[in-house]
Amino acid sequence: MKRHDGKQRNIYDEYLERDFTDAPESEGLALPLDRRQFLQLAGGGIAVAFCIPGSLLAQQRGRRGGEGQQLPEDFNAFLRIGEDGRVTGFTGKVELGQGIITSLAQMLADELDVPLESVDMVMGDTDLCPWDRGTFGSMTTRFFGPPFRAAAAEAKAVLVELAAEKLGVTKDRLKTRDGAVYDDAGQKKVTYAELAKGKKILRHLKGAPVEKPGEFTLVGKGLDRRDAVEKVTGRAKYAGDIREPGMLCARILRPPSHDAKFLRVDTSAAREVAGTQVVQDGDLIAVLHESPDLAEQALARLKPEYDQPAASVDDRTIFDHLLKVAPPGETVAEGGNLGAGQSAAHHVVENTYLNSYVAHAPMEPHTALAKVEGNKVTIWASTQTPFALKDEAASLLGLPAQNVRVITPYVGGGFGGKSNNRQALEAVRLAKLTGKPVQVAWTRAEEFFYDTFRPAAVVKVRAGVTEAGLISFWDYGVYFAGERGSQHFYDIPNHRTVAYSGGWTGVPGSHPFATGPWRAPANNTNTFARESHIDALAAKAGIDPVEFRLKNLKDPRMRRVLEAAAKKFGWSPAKAPSGRGYGVACGTDVGTVVAHIAEVAVNKQTGSVRVKRVVCAQEMGLCVNPEGARIQMEGCITMGLGYALAEEIKFAGGKIHDSNFDTYTLPRFSWLPEIETVIVDAKESPAQGGGEPAVICMGGVLANAVFDATGARVLQLPMTPERIKAALARV
Amino acid sequence: MRENVQLKLNGKPVSLEVDPGRPLLWVLRYDLGLTGTKYGCGEGHCGACTVLVEGSAVRSCLLRVGAVAGKEVTTIEGLARGSELHPVQKAFAEHDALQCGYCTPGMILNAVSLLRNIPRPTRSQIIETMEGNLCRCGAHKRIIEAIESAAQAMGGGQR
Ligand code: FES
Ligand code: FES
Repeated sequence: MKRHDGKQRNIYDEYLERDFTDAPESEGLALPLDRRQFLQLAGGGIAVAFCIPGSLLAQQRGRRGGEGQQLPEDFNAFLRIGEDGRVTGFTGKVELGQGIITSLAQMLADELDVPLESVDMVMGDTDLCPWDRGTFGSMTTRFFGPPFRAAAAEAKAVLVELAAEKLGVTKDRLKTRDGAVYDDAGQKKVTYAELAKGKKILRHLKGAPVEKPGEFTLVGKGLDRRDAVEKVTGRAKYAGDIREPGMLCARILRPPSHDAKFLRVDTSAAREVAGTQVVQDGDLIAVLHESPDLAEQALARLKPEYDQPAASVDDRTIFDHLLKVAPPGETVAEGGNLGAGQSAAHHVVENTYLNSYVAHAPMEPHTALAKVEGNKVTIWASTQTPFALKDEAASLLGLPAQNVRVITPYVGGGFGGKSNNRQALEAVRLAKLTGKPVQVAWTRAEEFFYDTFRPAAVVKVRAGVTEAGLISFWDYGVYFAGERGSQHFYDIPNHRTVAYSGGWTGVPGSHPFATGPWRAPANNTNTFARESHIDALAAKAGIDPVEFRLKNLKDPRMRRVLEAAAKKFGWSPAKAPSGRGYGVACGTDVGTVVAHIAEVAVNKQTGSVRVKRVVCAQEMGLCVNPEGARIQMEGCITMGLGYALAEEIKFAGGKIHDSNFDTYTLPRFSWLPEIETVIVDAKESPAQGGGEPAVICMGGVLANAVFDATGARVLQLPMTPERIKAALARV
Repeated sequence: MRENVQLKLNGKPVSLEVDPGRPLLWVLRYDLGLTGTKYGCGEGHCGACTVLVEGSAVRSCLLRVGAVAGKEVTTIEGLARGSELHPVQKAFAEHDALQCGYCTPGMILNAVSLLRNIPRPTRSQIIETMEGNLCRCGAHKRIIEAIESAAQAMGGGQR
């Protein structure tokens, strides 16, 4: 994407320096609005523009991203006190499950002293909200709360200024209550509506303010949670719940595999199903009906023919293939002298770690409804990137972007997968072809077929430890996962980290289907490999794995979380394998550090693993909403059980064998360990990400626990019973 | 192939002219506009489409609409009494037992069915009953806690 490269950023930044004065739309920047456009967008009243940082923003800006994010200076949100006195928050971010649609309304109500009922949130609507890159990962309230609150405070300051003028009272004698400003004697009063009437005031907050802990009253819990009530009553609308008069449901003919070549199709039998419309437009062949199940029946009557090339790679051979096609590596970090480190080593351990393709599998498959009226397009989509979709749809139809409106209802999970808007573009095409509103709701099979999987990856590590138990060298190469999380944080004098194909989308000829970012992209793979290898070194050195880490760790934050996790767990030192089934792993992601300790039981006959307990300590700088952070940590731990133990896509060439949850297993209730979360206090440092870090250690911590239980080191994720049995056989 | 199918839906009689072989899920969502019942897999693997038939949890993606003729069907929209939430709905909201919320209607209805059969379930009975309901957001821990607290609030009785 053009706008993510460095050059574009600079233009963007420069543009913003000018603070919304008219600027040319240079190089097709569909970026911020000029002042005039903005005021149109905001309507009358009092508006405050500000910015919500995105979790992966830094990543998109540069290759070294992911850590040390900078806050952008642009704005992607604003709030308005309308001429009717209602407060509305606008942001292009979408609600994926963070609960912000309600908690932010509450926060605005709090800060502005208005009843909750007079606050609205408008999210992910490209006609009403300012441009935004997209909602990535599971963003916690830390991104949203402080800037919203600061903007509300700014708006309140404007209201008080206006009231002082209007009432002829000095500002220090004014108070706000219930949507109005009063003087302290209680004699004079003016409502927000009266103050906002006929005004067009715009303030712009630069930078992002930091919340002070005591100020944080974001409750967002219980029955106050608007989205919770909507969601428990079935009233919450997702993209598939939107209905338009005359709407048709489309089912699209899919190839049997990603590498199949379409030859021809006989549509005659499908046309016989009453009420069915068949559309054929180049590669797009669809049947449409008022009901999706009847469209499905018609789809089954299509007789297509394909040319299917022989599969050249499958889920077993993919790793050799990836190593073969890997581009030259790029050094991510290095220091010291590997040769010197090798001579100092008493033990050297060399392993190759693998992980398979993993699906996002949100419970809501990709869904969209598109309506084309003349040269205007409206799309309701389950998407993490409504603004990207707007541009994509506009260029698909050759329309100016302003003719396209994307509306994002509640999204039923994303995890990175809903940055791909294929389903919405299919709906747009079909709506254009049929002249009717068209819903495209992928089946579970389509969701598996077109998912942008977490890539299969290989990590090769060679490292040594001295007689004194100090790591003397570390030589690390990661292939195809991506480099996020690849740098170690231990105290190792001689080291090198190399990334072969730095991105998760691979290079041409690498993956037989699409891959992309998956919750804490790359870091799950890297943390699994690193922490498994650290453990292997500890075992070789005959040192307790917690002690070994502390011995080789100077980073004070990492030491603190590791010590906190060990304390909470009640760790007693023993060298592995101790037979207890205890494992430990540490990691860092989006500026947050985590340490996990797990207890497992392994059935050596069947190779199955029962995770009994997971303790996770997390230091995320200032934690503004501990309960919210815990929910995210629990979600990460539960989700992480899947890629660690069971989840992997089986395929042959471009044919995906998994099409539903019968073969592709997600974590279930019976898998749930006892989960204990510890938030390590660090009020003095800025808030860091909380939606992803706790997922990254799950592979490593469970692999290390399995080793401690059995003495078998499993080098490949997921650790299926077969792989565990195979590893046991090698012991 | 259309036939007249009559049922009691969320307490009200409904009469449909419909092919009785069609899955109840789609009839609910498209013919009747009750979109709270969700599609997650279409093959009985996820529980997102769970409804109550005569008070018991059933997967509507696998159920022919003809099979509910003459029966009482409750969807998530019919669980609350006016603005008063069912204790299970209330507990889900209070315990943050949902994130994206897409699995939530199915989870709640399956839990309601559980508490009807076993008013004071043990934790392992809860796990066993909920096992077939999938949640990708990982809200499992809080869902179990919500069901336990709903069972307590209901005091072993029915609503
Ligand atoms: S949609 Fe019916 S069980 Fe998944
Ligand atoms: S809350 Fe998202 S799937 Fe359960």
